[in-house]
Amino acid sequence: MAGSGKSYLEGETGLWSWLTSLDHKRIGLLYFFSVAFFFLLGGIFALLIRLELFSPGALFPADMYNRFMTYHGAVMVFFVIIPGIPAILGNFFLPLQIGAKDVAFPRLNLMSWYFLMTAAVMALCTLLLGGVDTGWTFYTPYSISFKPATILMAFAVFIAGFSSILTGLNFIATVHRLRAPGMTMNRMPLFVWAIYSTAILQVLATPVLGITVLLLAMENIFNIGIFDPALGGDPVLFQHFFWFYSHPAVYIMVLPAMGVISELVTTYSRKTIFGYTAIAYSSLAIAAISFLVWGHHMFTSGQSEVAAITFSVLTMLVGVPTAIKLFNWLATLYRGSIQMTTPMLYTLGFMFIFTIGGMTGIYLATIATDIHFHDTYFVVAHFHYVMVGGTLMAIMGGAFHWLPKMVGKMYNESIARMSFVFIFIGFNVTFFPQFVLGNMGMPRRYHDYLPAFESLNKISTIGSWMIGFGFLIALYAIIQAIRSGSPAPMNPWGSKTLEWTTASPPPHENFLTTPTVTAGPYEFK
Amino acid sequence: MISMFIAMASASTFMPPAATQVAKQLNHLYAFMLISSVISFIILVGGMIYFVYKYKRKTANDKTPYISHNHTLEFIWSFIPFVIFMACFAWGAYIYKEMRTFDENALEINVYGKKWVWEFEYKDGRKITNGVDANGKLEPATMVVPVNTPVKLLLTSVKLSPEDKAVLHSFFVPAFRVKQDALPGRYTALTFTADEKGLFQVFCAEYCGTGHSSMMAKIKVVSKEDFDAWVLGEEAGGAPKEMTLADKGRAAYAKWACIGCHTLDGSPSTGPSWKGLWGNERSFNDGGKAVADENYIRESIMDPNKHVVKGFEPNKMPTFKGMISDEDITAIIEFIKTLK
Ligand code: HEC
Ligand SMILES: [Cu+2]
Ligand SMILES: [Cu+2]
Repeated sequence: MAGSGKSYLEGETGLWSWLTSLDHKRIGLLYFFSVAFFFLLGGIFALLIRLELFSPGALFPADMYNRFMTYHGAVMVFFVIIPGIPAILGNFFLPLQIGAKDVAFPRLNLMSWYFLMTAAVMALCTLLLGGVDTGWTFYTPYSISFKPATILMAFAVFIAGFSSILTGLNFIATVHRLRAPGMTMNRMPLFVWAIYSTAILQVLATPVLGITVLLLAMENIFNIGIFDPALGGDPVLFQHFFWFYSHPAVYIMVLPAMGVISELVTTYSRKTIFGYTAIAYSSLAIAAISFLVWGHHMFTSGQSEVAAITFSVLTMLVGVPTAIKLFNWLATLYRGSIQMTTPMLYTLGFMFIFTIGGMTGIYLATIATDIHFHDTYFVVAHFHYVMVGGTLMAIMGGAFHWLPKMVGKMYNESIARMSFVFIFIGFNVTFFPQFVLGNMGMPRRYHDYLPAFESLNKISTIGSWMIGFGFLIALYAIIQAIRSGSPAPMNPWGSKTLEWTTASPPPHENFLTTPTVTAGPYEFK
Repeated sequence: MISMFIAMASASTFMPPAATQVAKQLNHLYAFMLISSVISFIILVGGMIYFVYKYKRKTANDKTPYISHNHTLEFIWSFIPFVIFMACFAWGAYIYKEMRTFDENALEINVYGKKWVWEFEYKDGRKITNGVDANGKLEPATMVVPVNTPVKLLLTSVKLSPEDKAVLHSFFVPAFRVKQDALPGRYTALTFTADEKGLFQVFCAEYCGTGHSSMMAKIKVVSKEDFDAWVLGEEAGGAPKEMTLADKGRAAYAKWACIGCHTLDGSPSTGPSWKGLWGNERSFNDGGKAVADENYIRESIMDPNKHVVKGFEPNKMPTFKGMISDEDITAIIEFIKTLK
């Protein structure tokens, strides 16, 4: 087929050809559909949570609410946000952006998708076993209850972890082995840098999660007594293990988003990125420091005071590279030629939301304030501001930015903008009041609350409906583009990165002739 | 300057009342952080909006300047956040130190987290548990403490029944800005000095299952005179005098036959005497050392061979794991504390 020039969507069609495809672009779309499905699922749980919290008193029984809360967290974290950008956009665009024909190990790539699907099926089966109610954090000893559902969920997370590790390995190898002639590391687009830093985290941190959930399953099945105090184990040890993975995982979720934003901000300002090196290397710095801060989740757990102070100061250090990135994007806008397309709106939305998310992180890294805010709605608001406001805004912006390349069709700008308006406003209406609720002292994971918290919870629930509606509009905009969008030109946005130098949609082999790179990725001159 | 103070005062509007010195200090730190973040937000997001407006695309092929970096600017916007972050860290660590400074003469109260109630046990043996009001609704337990007096809470999580499993809870008093997890099989501590009278809400902040959101309690801060009266049982809420906690410990000492191997007069028997044990530094046969505190004594009872006291034989003391109740252990610890 070499050099046929047929688009990757043509040629073999039919479900089977997709399910066995080794083409990174098709695998990227497989991930897109599956992650979108999980997102719908996780979103329904979110709406149910907010519905229960619309007013005090019980709409659903507490045990049912606790399951909603667990599945919302577990599905969104392990099946949406962690795989989200790397597996969809990374798969599709990492090879294209470095001028490669595919990822280094196409078969492994397909296998990673099957791992994720297996994990998802297992996770859904736990619903048939009575469901899991431990929260996505599986804190011991609550999670050592000999419930088969919990054990199966632990294995599901274990398998999902493998998917993540293998994807990471694949990307690292791709970046090192398959760059086009002239594409030095310092000429790589920042999205590639971000995916690369993320891949390192995935490979180094995820095994710890694997071991942790495996130990949890073993503890449940064989009573070995590592985490269970009744058997002489240490429940706090679980928290150390869990956050040793899950803090870096926060960056697995958000670094790719930062990569997307870097691409978008230069394209739609038609101006070279400010501080390429600072952005590229601050990703690596964040990745490195993020391994040393896990204890900031445990200031009230009874860990020693010296440990608390050490973790607090180290956490502050992660704040600095994050602030640097925000200023770099801002400086990129300066004297640019700014075009307010939907992806740009999402980019600005990201910067707005992420600034709040990042700053409230400082409140939680400061020990004394964290003692008050820990495990309250302040934390819930904070991590939604960074993870959802950050990652989801970037996914949406990236999706609209690259949609013309992926499907070869243009979307309708006004419908797409409408999705932004609802998602952005809805997001702030939902989550900003939760900061105030946290200030007031409302603990998280509450199925019912005191009357004093009612009005803010009502506002929050109404916001959740706006977000839901915004995503429906976005879905409609994408479907409408695929069905009746006008054909996309090769480079509709005037971008400078390599994926825009090939046809939309790209041919199966990406580039008919391997590109030779002679300059950096953002030469807007 | 004045406007800054007004801003500081209103910054804590959404915080709960501040009924301790620590809480008041924390309000200042919070106000500092809030003001710094509002300023940073205005710079970042305000700048963003201004640029978007000012540099809107005018023609399809606008030219833009090629600005790749600027060392001075980059230094400034790394250094200033760094300084602010470090200030937050240092201020926060300072208040945290205050939060964790325990007064030796503090009023000690044992706190038990159970699924899904809090229970309080005073040294005089008085135990406060949930009540039921006229409508059959659960009334949360109310801890009574005197104003302007340091209080130390010793927390642990216990089972409701033998088949039950003790899980994590977290004792959270928003008005005091304190929070501490209660762990099964271990003691953790918390201290506060309320400087305002009133009734304050306690939540459980660590997810613990079905009844998590209703696992509440109250702390009633009263004048010293009212507290003394309450202790004497004159006020309605006060229960009649029972055995003190140390007396319960003495009874448990006999009941579990600790008496057979541990003396109270300082003379060693099969095991070391308990006289002077509390707070003392212990040396072990393996060369290790530890201070005898709550968790040490608890561990000696549950896992006696983990550390064998210097000069004594291992495998003499049986483990009491799975037999002795958490309440008895707490009482024995209190009893040992009295053996000066
Ligand atoms: C059969 C004798 C025996 C009985 C009964 C016994 N102990 Fe011990 N205990 C020992 C010996 C021997 C040691 C010293 C060796 C060691 O540290 O394990 C010891 C050590 C201790 C220590 C550490 C003391 C130190 O000086 O540091 C504590 C605390 C303790 N026992 C508590 C108890 C309690 C509480 C009970 C009753 C519930 C009890 N023991 C019952 C023999 C006994
Ligand atoms: Cu973290
Ligand atoms: Cu709880």
